[in-house]
Amino acid sequence: MTPAITPTVPERASTQGKKQHLLDLQEWSAEEVWALFETTDVMAQVMTRTIKKVPALQGFTVGTLFFENSTRTRLSFERAARAQSADVISFATGGSSMSKGESLKDTLRTIDALKADLYVVRHQAAGVPYQLTRWTDAAIVNAGDGRRAHPTQALLDTYTFRECSPGFDGFEGKKLTIVGDIAHSRVARSNLRLWTKLGAQVTLCGPSTLLPHELEQFPGVTRCFRLEEAVEGAHAVMALRLQLERMQKGLLPSLAEYQARYRLTPEVMALADAQALVMHPGPMNRDVEIDGELADSERSVVERQVANGVPVRMAVLYTLLVGRQ
Amino acid sequence: MRRTVLQNAHLIDHRGDHGKADLYLRDDVIEGIDLGGEVAQTIDVAGAVVTPAFIDLHAHLREPGQEVKEDLRSGLGAAVAGGYGTVVSMANTTPVVDEPGLVTEMLSKSEALGLARLRPAAALSRGLQGKQLTDFAALREAGAVMITDDGEPVKDAHLLRRACEYAAELGLVVQTHSEEPGLRQDGVMNEGLVSQRLGLPGNPVAAEAAMIYRDCEVAMLSGGRLHVAHVSSKRGLQVVEWFKAQGAPVTAEVTPHHLTLSDETLEGFDPVYKVAPPLRTHDDVAYLRNALIRGVIDAIGTDHAPHTQAEKERDLLEAPFGIANIEVTFPLLYSELVANGGLELSTLLDLLQGGPARVMGWQVPTLEATRAADLVVLDLETGRRVAPETFKSKAKQSPWTGQVLKGWPVMTFVRGKMVFEREVLSD
Amino acid sequence: MSLHVKATLMTEQEIGRALNRIAHEIIERNKGADNLALVGVHTRGVPIAERLAQLIHSFEGVMPPVGKLDITLYRDDLTEIALQPVVKKTEVPFDVHGLRIVLCDDVLFTGRTARAALDALIDMGRPAVIQLAVLVDRGHRELPIRADYVGKNVPTSAQEVVKVKLKDIDGENGVELLEVLP
Repeated sequence: MTPAITPTVPERASTQGKKQHLLDLQEWSAEEVWALFETTDVMAQVMTRTIKKVPALQGFTVGTLFFENSTRTRLSFERAARAQSADVISFATGGSSMSKGESLKDTLRTIDALKADLYVVRHQAAGVPYQLTRWTDAAIVNAGDGRRAHPTQALLDTYTFRECSPGFDGFEGKKLTIVGDIAHSRVARSNLRLWTKLGAQVTLCGPSTLLPHELEQFPGVTRCFRLEEAVEGAHAVMALRLQLERMQKGLLPSLAEYQARYRLTPEVMALADAQALVMHPGPMNRDVEIDGELADSERSVVERQVANGVPVRMAVLYTLLVGRQ
Repeated sequence: MRRTVLQNAHLIDHRGDHGKADLYLRDDVIEGIDLGGEVAQTIDVAGAVVTPAFIDLHAHLREPGQEVKEDLRSGLGAAVAGGYGTVVSMANTTPVVDEPGLVTEMLSKSEALGLARLRPAAALSRGLQGKQLTDFAALREAGAVMITDDGEPVKDAHLLRRACEYAAELGLVVQTHSEEPGLRQDGVMNEGLVSQRLGLPGNPVAAEAAMIYRDCEVAMLSGGRLHVAHVSSKRGLQVVEWFKAQGAPVTAEVTPHHLTLSDETLEGFDPVYKVAPPLRTHDDVAYLRNALIRGVIDAIGTDHAPHTQAEKERDLLEAPFGIANIEVTFPLLYSELVANGGLELSTLLDLLQGGPARVMGWQVPTLEATRAADLVVLDLETGRRVAPETFKSKAKQSPWTGQVLKGWPVMTFVRGKMVFEREVLSD
Repeated sequence: MSLHVKATLMTEQEIGRALNRIAHEIIERNKGADNLALVGVHTRGVPIAERLAQLIHSFEGVMPPVGKLDITLYRDDLTEIALQPVVKKTEVPFDVHGLRIVLCDDVLFTGRTARAALDALIDMGRPAVIQLAVLVDRGHRELPIRADYVGKNVPTSAQEVVKVKLKDIDGENGVELLEVLP
């Protein structure tokens, strides 16, 4: 019998190679990511000046559309927009009062009457940024959708590695280890896509309840339950925030057991490459998933990750908006 | 007395292919073949297939209470447009169909409409709460033909056991929506590589297979007739097959969407593909298709589950489960499984006619004289595009939008009356 | 559509002489080379700034610092254009505050690049003076901007293209007038 028919996926990106949206990193080639890093370098330079502002996006309007609260990410995007002189409209819908009973399409149509050129979207449900592209001509930037993707986080993580890794010579042959609740993490999903795209190997580490076996089918990805083994020889180790409510859902026996097995400590980091970086996407539960001292140590680039958020997002906005018809 | 003739009809029923003939109807029954004589109405069907109208054991018609999604008029209108003459409606309405008065009301309403015949299912538990049984005997008396909490699994195995026992005594079929709640969790799609890729909460095959196993054991224990609704997976169906081999009093149905779509359709994040149980993998689809040929599936049930456009334009966590399909079921399955597959037309027809009848213990419909003149005329030749905006159903969205299909019902007769005629437009 | 060379506007020697003269003028106008800095506009303004700095060094014994300026983020047409310009790094490794800055570019045309460069420079600090040096002024100004130092004034039509070639970038030195052929 013939296999099931799968309709073609609706077009999500790109006319003539120009990127229309940043939904996830699958649609971006390694070359496009490298070009984005070069633009980020320029933006980072702007952010070191006394006047941290350029007129590049004057006349463009950026809407931040946060269905799920995230003050940090929203502020970072708004700073990135304003530093390029774009106008910013913020829709912090927070809880669900706005969306209850209203279709996503109607919500967007209402907001779209305000004519933004680009929307930065955060939503608790995977796929919402994709859905929105069907109902607006504006560019869509995914600022985190459910467990699926958080592409600007992955971009700033890789950018930080490129910036901070001593004697950086590319991602080929590098090993990134991500530790924690992989199952529920969009940061892990976007990072594993991007690091492997750039040539690195990714090792995912955590208790099996938080580490879906299917992810091992992704090229360049391995799965490992022992922290020591996962960290061995790694060039970057990223600890993920542990949502403390996971215990209630029966996914973890206790915090103590998690800490004992998976907390990133200076002792474990001694097994990594001598120049390995310690990363964390924030916000940190100090001494839960990462030893407080390690988070403040020289190996830690957590502050650089935060600082690089703005220039990376500036580059994303510039890349998507300039040259858009 | 009123006589009608369907001229140049290609007559097919479960007894076989009877070739070209003129089929005579008298009032609400079939009179016979090539009889001649005076008729009030002559309809030339020009060689199209004439066969008994289909029976759907599984449709959500939403009335009472959810008329914004569908009502008896639109739902039964959609049914006849899909070639169905009889529809078993599910009880998960607002209020739930758990009282005889509601059954009576629905029956009288549907008879006044004069579309497809309505055969309501009644809830297994009051308010679908899974706690207290409904009054099976009184509900049967009122006209309910099936007992089911469909939409929800019966969480309490003890309640299901008593339901099967009681229903057996009354000669009622119990139908289950078999998904183990603890394994299903908040899953919105099949759990697997695709759900991991998409970051959507998964609902594993194990939830279905484990619950089918439990439900079948309960049926064996109680001796009741159990009909497993919408089996979606290979493992789920293998459990049914295993029980059937033991002689368990179990039947099973599959849906048109589980026979044609896989979980990869969710890659475009369109909630039109969100359905419970979820669309599975290519392997599952292939296994279900093959099972049709092997004859281990008793019936095709549509699980027609209409929702409003706005509800299907929500995000994938909030959008409701369900696919509206009753109008495209035959053309879809004919085009994909018969015209381009390896399935015999007679097998497909039986899964829509004799199969459902046997599940319910009803007489298998045929074209013999004196039998009910519930008929469908099928055009197996003309390709027509699936255009949800033309649906009789209130749900104007479809996973198959734009697909060109053959095998469209062009006329449907119920009780000898033409209740549907397709506008003769093709492309 | 193709471009064809209509005339040679400047030879290698003429470019050399023009830059020589501009270097002298810069020294004269600024009363020496102290407190002076040269900033070249990407792409061909950069080697011009570097050559002028060397000439000034050879005449005065003082090497003025040289910066590179990318004006992309200051363009006034970013909302309109169809092709995205590549943003390049700005490298001005000195504090512009209080300096006498000579902005260097190859061709002065509408004046929009010079306007953008002025804004970009001012966002870096507050120079004492900003002057503009160009190898070719071809007219057709759209903004009230004029150059302080000009290698050669060339009357052109709006359809013509002035192509400056510099050894560091193009492998040879010379200025050509090109014409668009349909």
